[in-house]
Amino acid sequence: MNSLLNDERPPLLCPGCTHERITHMLDQAFQHMGLAGHQVVIVSDIGCSGLFDTFFHTHAMHGLHGRALSYATGLKMARPELKVVVTMGDGGQGIGGAHLLAACRRNIDLTLLILNNFNFGMTGGQFSATTPTGAQVGSGFLNQLERPLDICEVARSAGAPYVHRCSGFDKDLPAKIQSAVEYEGFSVMDIWGICPGRYTKKNRLTPKMIDDLLAKLPPMTGVIPENGRLEYAQHYRRLAATQKKVPAPAVIRKQFKAPQAGRQEVILLGSAGQRIITAGEILCIAGLTAGLNTTQKNEYNITVLRGPSISELILSPEEIDFTGIDNPTAVAALDQEGVDRRRDLFARLSKDALIIQTSGVTLPNNKARIHRVDLKAQNIRRPDWALASLAVLARLEKAIRTEMLEAALKIRFKGKTLTSSLDLIRRVEIGEGV
Amino acid sequence: MAYSLLEGNEAIARGAVAAGCRFFAGYPITPATTIYQSMLNLLPPLGGICLQGEDEIASIGFCLGASMAGLKVMTATSGPGISLYSENISFAIGSEIPIVIIDVQRLGPSTGSATRGADGDINFLRWGSSGGLPVIVLAPVDVKDCFELTLHAFNLAEEFRCPVFVASNKEIGMTRESIDLKRLKTPAIIKRRAAPTHQPLLPFHVEPEQQVPNFLPIGAKVLVRQTSSTHGADGYITTDPVAISRNQERLKQKLLSAVDRFSFHEIHRTRNADTLLIAYGVSARAAKAVFKEQMRRDKPISLLILKTLWPVPENAIRQAARMARRIVVVEMNLGQYVREIERILHDKAVVFCGQMDGQLITPAQITEAIENE
Repeated sequence: MNSLLNDERPPLLCPGCTHERITHMLDQAFQHMGLAGHQVVIVSDIGCSGLFDTFFHTHAMHGLHGRALSYATGLKMARPELKVVVTMGDGGQGIGGAHLLAACRRNIDLTLLILNNFNFGMTGGQFSATTPTGAQVGSGFLNQLERPLDICEVARSAGAPYVHRCSGFDKDLPAKIQSAVEYEGFSVMDIWGICPGRYTKKNRLTPKMIDDLLAKLPPMTGVIPENGRLEYAQHYRRLAATQKKVPAPAVIRKQFKAPQAGRQEVILLGSAGQRIITAGEILCIAGLTAGLNTTQKNEYNITVLRGPSISELILSPEEIDFTGIDNPTAVAALDQEGVDRRRDLFARLSKDALIIQTSGVTLPNNKARIHRVDLKAQNIRRPDWALASLAVLARLEKAIRTEMLEAALKIRFKGKTLTSSLDLIRRVEIGEGV
Repeated sequence: MAYSLLEGNEAIARGAVAAGCRFFAGYPITPATTIYQSMLNLLPPLGGICLQGEDEIASIGFCLGASMAGLKVMTATSGPGISLYSENISFAIGSEIPIVIIDVQRLGPSTGSATRGADGDINFLRWGSSGGLPVIVLAPVDVKDCFELTLHAFNLAEEFRCPVFVASNKEIGMTRESIDLKRLKTPAIIKRRAAPTHQPLLPFHVEPEQQVPNFLPIGAKVLVRQTSSTHGADGYITTDPVAISRNQERLKQKLLSAVDRFSFHEIHRTRNADTLLIAYGVSARAAKAVFKEQMRRDKPISLLILKTLWPVPENAIRQAARMARRIVVVEMNLGQYVREIERILHDKAVVFCGQMDGQLITPAQITEAIENE
């Protein structure tokens, strides 16, 4: 078969660099597999291993340090038929550690060749994640402080189904690379080599020494049976095919007349867990059933079931510009946390404004019309209070009517949720004006 | 008339799908998460791909790989994620990889406030990449813009082969609004121009009369080289200062020379108005309320709402400001874009109205800035 080496750009590496041997071995592996250049993409990043994409007459993508696996993942998902070979050094493995872990967990069909020569060659021989503690490198004493990483143990425990550790001087390296590339899933090869430009200037390391060091480590020879599983891209497609198409957003026609003619501003002041945001959405949908423009602006803390939750709602026959509410026509005071967050608002309320005050909530001074309702005494659960307050608004014909609210519930909910929410708004006793 | 109720983030996702986006990768972050959720609902049933990266760096990396494979791609995040995207944004700029990046801005600096709005990333989006070359930034005002500008963002990314940002805001992305879907304007969909396939590809060769190289995907018959290194037309490293300089200049000019074609804006000009109000993003809604109120009060002003922020639509701004003596610039930050306005309209009095406290700028605050001379 034909070589995929790029005749016009022969490897440009230091004399004696193991990378050059690996270049030829990789080419032999491609040849044995009978691959044409367009069937392969070499993805590389920064460092001497980042020159690999230029040595081959294949597709190529060369990017930022440690990120090669991320580009490769996008390429493989988009073009599952491509053989994707990623070359990284021990430097790229270190900076891209999170990507290596994720790739092992994901098991997408990429082949990662880590050209491990125990230091950062290009930048002056600084220590990498695999530099031995006793080595003399370009980082002064700092490498004495950090324990080198066993890439293969990490890859195995992160779930890689194929992990192979070997020397760049192995005679059968092409067959080993071929086996890794042909494996259907994420395969990692930790290939040890010599960096004559930097590392071996001060540290003795020979092919024989590499063999001896490797012999002391537990063997890693490819398939890790306990990590074997369905390849990610295939698995993704299998699961994606079962997903149901999402319908277009509901289109809501005008069927009712709003109780008031002009713009209505409603604010729901509650706390997390009261389904304030859902109630706000329902109020907006109710507005749509009367042909009104609506906006819903929400405020809550990042905590999920704690803290104030506020929804500001505008229903208007006119186009709505500013979405904030300064002077609402109706306020639902559902929890002290929400009321306290907007204390300033109460002094501004006009005497025409309506406050629905649930029991247990203390209101700041105000001139508005107050309507008290004891939802607890009616055995209504706190998560339903916001919806119950909409029922009270509707019954009092403020901003919405009951038929608007019922129509909104029918648009928003289905099945049991619809039945129980309709039941709720029908059974709420609306309390009394003060 | 019949309305739907949609939040800005969902409108962006639906706009992306309408533009032909079939690859999304993101990482959860408030207030952008619902874009990811919407894409996860929308893409798989269409045969598209939606991934959650191990971090933001991986998410944009996935997108760049998929874009080079020929797909239309998008990612979405907020300020902290844009920080992590930075190195790959530079890659997309320098190596001409089409991508749409949504920034649903939240109050910064740093992790700031996840659920409070801001327009604090406006200069960061422009300048937050190494090399300082221009990018395109579009700024929606409402749900309708979220849909329409996302379509334009894809068209621009494809045409110019560059990252295009949509600078949204928590107060747009997570605000629901009634919208008449039938009235949405969908531009003709543009795809990146393909190179001929009967000959080897010079991946960064630019044809005469063009400013953007033709594209072929990685993975098809013709070999494609992509590199983040300083490259010549062949996609290999070059050290030739003439070739380098010509390429950098082209990367700059391909956007700057074309901005008049995509200077999205809304102008409400009033005869004899002394003051021009300039606003963008969610603050433009308060500005519009002020514009209408000033008309009612018989103290008319003019209003310019910018929807293309970068490259600066200088001609549109100059044209809008021709008759004005005084310019009031409204921004939900401590003064970023106002510097561009001062630069362009250096012969006018420029007043800044801004704040950075997680609250919307109110119409009353803008009115005060207009009336306080």
